[in-house]
Amino acid sequence: MRKPLKCPLVLKNIIDKIRSVFKIIFSFIWKILKKVLIVIRPSLIAIAVGLLIGLIIMLIFNPYDAFPALMTLILGGFNGGLKGIGETLELAAPIMLTGLAVAFAFKTGLFNIGASGQMMMGAYVAIHVGVRWTLPSGLHWIVALLLGMTAGAVWGLVPGILKALRNVNEVVSSIMMNYIAGYLLIFLIQRNVFLELEARSRYVQSTAVLPSLQSVFPGSSANIGILITMVVIIIAHIIIHKTTLGFSLRAAGFSFDGSKYAGMNTKLNIVIAMTLSGMFAGLAGAISFLVRGKAINTAFVIFSQGFDGISVALLGLGEPIGALIAGLFLANLRMGGFYMQLYSYVPQIIDIIVAVIIYATAISIAIQALLKHYGERLGVFYRNRIRDPLRVFYKKRIRDPFSQCIKKRREKKLSKKEAKS
Amino acid sequence: MEIIYQLIQSTYLGMTVLLIVALGGLLAERSGVTNIALEGIMIFGAFIGVWGIKIFERYLSRPSILLMIMIVLLILILLITILPEYRYLKKKHSTDKEWKEFKIASVIKVSIAAVVLLISILLTMVVPNIATNPQTILQSKTQMILIMGLTVGGLIGGLFSMIHAYASIYLKANQVISATALNLFAPAFAVFTARILQGGQQISFMSNFMINKVPLLGDIPLIGDIFFKRNYLSFYFSIGLLILLSILIYKSKFGLRLRACGENPHAADSLGINIYRLRFKAVTLSGVLAGIGGVSFVISTSTEFNVTVAGFGFLAIAVLIFGNWSPKGIVLAALFFGFMRTIASSFSIIPFLNRLGAPAEIYNMIPFIATLIILGFFSKNSRAPKALGQVYDQGKR
Repeated sequence: MRKPLKCPLVLKNIIDKIRSVFKIIFSFIWKILKKVLIVIRPSLIAIAVGLLIGLIIMLIFNPYDAFPALMTLILGGFNGGLKGIGETLELAAPIMLTGLAVAFAFKTGLFNIGASGQMMMGAYVAIHVGVRWTLPSGLHWIVALLLGMTAGAVWGLVPGILKALRNVNEVVSSIMMNYIAGYLLIFLIQRNVFLELEARSRYVQSTAVLPSLQSVFPGSSANIGILITMVVIIIAHIIIHKTTLGFSLRAAGFSFDGSKYAGMNTKLNIVIAMTLSGMFAGLAGAISFLVRGKAINTAFVIFSQGFDGISVALLGLGEPIGALIAGLFLANLRMGGFYMQLYSYVPQIIDIIVAVIIYATAISIAIQALLKHYGERLGVFYRNRIRDPLRVFYKKRIRDPFSQCIKKRREKKLSKKEAKS
Repeated sequence: MEIIYQLIQSTYLGMTVLLIVALGGLLAERSGVTNIALEGIMIFGAFIGVWGIKIFERYLSRPSILLMIMIVLLILILLITILPEYRYLKKKHSTDKEWKEFKIASVIKVSIAAVVLLISILLTMVVPNIATNPQTILQSKTQMILIMGLTVGGLIGGLFSMIHAYASIYLKANQVISATALNLFAPAFAVFTARILQGGQQISFMSNFMINKVPLLGDIPLIGDIFFKRNYLSFYFSIGLLILLSILIYKSKFGLRLRACGENPHAADSLGINIYRLRFKAVTLSGVLAGIGGVSFVISTSTEFNVTVAGFGFLAIAVLIFGNWSPKGIVLAALFFGFMRTIASSFSIIPFLNRLGAPAEIYNMIPFIATLIILGFFSKNSRAPKALGQVYDQGKR
């Protein structure tokens, strides 16, 4: 029994009230947490599976460094303190945006594999504006960002229109657009913003560089891009979940014919979804290249961030907010790979882990069913063990081992006597 | 005239790879499973296949070891293709008719393996002894190694694609997601393994697998120049494959079932076809072809494998859709792509294009822009398999 509180009644009442308020708040938080946990459980399981398999591979190739390397990998940007966190954020911004682009298209039932091409066009236009135009310092980077977004939107518009009007498979057309962007990028750079000595584009002017966050993350090249990214992701979340447009986009994703039957303009919706998706990817390109000392080489390459975006969108369960979290996670993992080079591993282990994670998210339904099945079997096993009467009997006997020993000795003596007689 | 022949021969390079991989994609998509993983499977198959070639080259002077490895490989493939079927039939208490079919199929498989073995014996043992020209001796052995490399690539590609097949068919995962995972996994694994095991990520080999002239057929005036000079073995393989698959898909029982499975799996299931097994087989076969395509891409374009197949897997999907899911269309589309790529890479030898003076990037862009335009014109009446991309669930209506 608890002792009664020795304090005046008023105080006791107040304490009780505070307690009840806290109880309500905690139960509320707990409910939300439970909901969130149910939603993100497949992702968590997938991440666990991915890290486990990565660990196994590392153990196979070099068993001594595997565990510290894994710790470095998980810590990621935190290894480098504030500087590392800043670099992680810088790395995360484009990945998050391309992830958002892919996720946004997913919501409308489209698979935007062309985020790379859209991003490349956005990057080129931003660099072009940054190098060739002269504008006042506050305005310059904003204009560059906006025009980069527009270029990405145009690049996304083409597959959207082809899909809506001519029923061209958007996967193929956006792959084609990737290649076209890749070659066009080289052509345009050589034409307009070329630095022949180093075979790359020129650096953008100082007025076009995004304001940096060096005061917060000293020593790193983190800039305002991450904040813009977060704002854009929240806007995209609101568009998808709180507006009529978003509802009709999602409806087209759930059932194309159904939404058509309900009187929505599905063709327009497809075009809008692809355009917005391209816009986000273009913004990713602009953000990642409006940085001091960053330029595009003139070798043919298709940016890998677009494919990272697919991973991020899949890992984030096709939600904008999910893309935010997954993008941070992936960027952190990549920074971890950077720091992991101390231990004789190749940073490509991260791609292996990410691939396994995506595979595990794909089969997450099966994994969950498996876990549930084995969990139930385990539960039944334990329950049976407790209820089993024989078990209880054994437990009682085992509790007193000394007496058992004596009993056994007596039995042995008795049996010996019997044998003698 | 010489320029035209050169252009035709280099058109075949791109066409061969695209044709092989797109036919693989055709098998998978006709059974109702999208296979975006072709790129990843190509990389994986090329990685192991080229590594195999590098190892086999060591035994170039000792043909008996090469033959031994070949026999082991063939037996392995035969076991993989025949044994599961046998166990399945035995488990099912199946009818005599099914046993008969199984026997016929396995006899065909064994005879194909025997023919391949015969060819390789010819190439390694008989031809070098008869031929007096030293170049022929060398070539016959390298062709043997190429066959082995393709076999290894196909085997590994098939095994690798089973990961995708298992997830998307039996575990009912989203087909795009599991395929994306493979696409991501293959290059990462190739770089990781190659760097750890041998230091660098490039895997280089020494042999040049080009056939300068096919012995008798190369002497025929026009046809010899077009088809039988400066070609790769994989070209003839792709032509044979094309004929085989167009018969298989349209004239055989397996093809009929395959098409039914892609159009209306529930109806097919109600008539006693095991949809899961059929799809698994189709996707595995597509992986085999993609692996072979990966190896043939690497051997025909360079002398080392540098963890890339230049996006040919994705291009093959484009060719497949461009070709309207039929072997005939795929050949035309692959030829078109190959020709456009040839123009892009060798516009400087064509006097008429060289005079225009446009930069190389424009020519590189042309095939993709042309594809987009052509797709825009003809895609309205293109018809994908109806059940494409849908997870098959027996309980669903």
